[in-house]
Amino acid sequence: MPKITYIEHNGTEHVVDATVGSTLMNTAVDNLVPGIDADCGGECSCATCHVMVDAAWMAKVGAPNEREDQMLDQNPDRLKSSRLSCQVQITEDLDGLVVTVPEFQL
Amino acid sequence: MTGIIVVGGGQAGAQAVASLRQEKYTGPITLIGEEPGLPYQRPPLSKGYLAGDLPPARIQVRPEKFYADQNIDLHAGVRVSELDCGRKQLITDRGDTLGYEKLLLATGSRARKLQAPGSDLGGIHYLRTLADVDAIARDFSPGRQLVIVGGGYIGLEVAAVAVQAGLRVTVLEMESRILQRVASPEMSAFYHQLHEERGTGLLVNTRVRGFVGRDGRVTGVQCGAEVLPADLVIVGIGIVPNVELAEAAGIACDNGILVDETCRTSQPDVYAAGDCSNHPNPILGRRLRLESVPNAMEQARTAAANMLGREKTYASLPWFWSDQYDLKLQMLGFSADADSQVLRGDMASHRFSLFYLKAGRVLAVDAVNSPGEFMVCKQLYGRTLDPASLADPDFDLKSALG
Repeated sequence: MPKITYIEHNGTEHVVDATVGSTLMNTAVDNLVPGIDADCGGECSCATCHVMVDAAWMAKVGAPNEREDQMLDQNPDRLKSSRLSCQVQITEDLDGLVVTVPEFQL
Repeated sequence: MTGIIVVGGGQAGAQAVASLRQEKYTGPITLIGEEPGLPYQRPPLSKGYLAGDLPPARIQVRPEKFYADQNIDLHAGVRVSELDCGRKQLITDRGDTLGYEKLLLATGSRARKLQAPGSDLGGIHYLRTLADVDAIARDFSPGRQLVIVGGGYIGLEVAAVAVQAGLRVTVLEMESRILQRVASPEMSAFYHQLHEERGTGLLVNTRVRGFVGRDGRVTGVQCGAEVLPADLVIVGIGIVPNVELAEAAGIACDNGILVDETCRTSQPDVYAAGDCSNHPNPILGRRLRLESVPNAMEQARTAAANMLGREKTYASLPWFWSDQYDLKLQMLGFSADADSQVLRGDMASHRFSLFYLKAGRVLAVDAVNSPGEFMVCKQLYGRTLDPASLADPDFDLKSALG
């Protein structure tokens, strides 16, 4: 079972077990990680599940898809490592992944 | 018994119990829902779930383990029959009496029923619950003639799924245009054309007079002097807020359960959130009852915080989305208040956004396959913008945010 670490804006860490086939957003929601609103439930419609991926993990997590990229692009908090967590599928490869949650979702 | 009771296992109820634990509330939480099973998301019902793309487990809000781990006492398939705000207790249809310290009414809404002769025939469906969609799915076979009553978002989303599943589809709308209540004339015309091009018949100014059937099953829909053949019918003519429990308990209601900006009702320690609530919106400067998931979730968070004595005020700009064929529509704000509009992009390309302005200020947007414009409008809301710049696809809207 891959372990994922979510770091809140204030530095609080949440280390949780993820299920392969779930998403990075659902894993946060199921484990009450604060700061991820996920209002649309994972349909890539709201952009309220924004996270920043730790630099070391960028290659494994991959780049945003086109729709996701367009939504992220209008977010002033966007970093190169930004993803919408509902679009990141959990795989065994992501065991140990670290992501940071922004202070506010747009 | 003590603690917090949430009545209603829809998206507002499910979010509220999660927010209470997220806010570190450690007391008892009871979630009572009329539907069987775990809380689930409704938006996929008329989209991916109807299309058969998603198993039931994929639309659950959270897995079963969550409720056990978080010590949330889930009563599914239970109806609350009576509320006594004076004694701070409620009675369920199982005969149980439960006391509360704080109560959240997240009773949601139900499909508006069509009153017409023959409306109890088999094969006539509504679309509100998982069970509704499972029943529709059994009737959903290629080649069948589907008549959809109501050209709102539910009806149109179903039309798109049905056409792609090989059904023959007709949409009946009693107003002069589809989406009349919820979209601008330009958006209505755009979606009318889209659905016609994909083979759906759309009849506006058409009122259903009744249904005809054989052996207890619908075979046709009467409108005017005509009978349209139908193997199945789906009625999507709006929803009705579930306020009866609150009303009977003496809680003030007026097109929904009246709440203030902290989701408090007229009775002490009783809160309401979601489709059933009528709330003030400080951004829009008026009271509203909204039928949307983002509203249900944000009100639930607001109610949860205030139930725990934290100050949180609801102040969100309404937004909605709809998926039809390969088009994702994202809407923000209320376009009906606008005095002018600006088109950015080309409607024929199915990639455009229609901005709505009032006295030069950005008030709303309908963005079709233009998620960037939707996102930027969240930030541009209320700002004055030069219409020529807004209309120019090469003008970077981000530069207007500065």
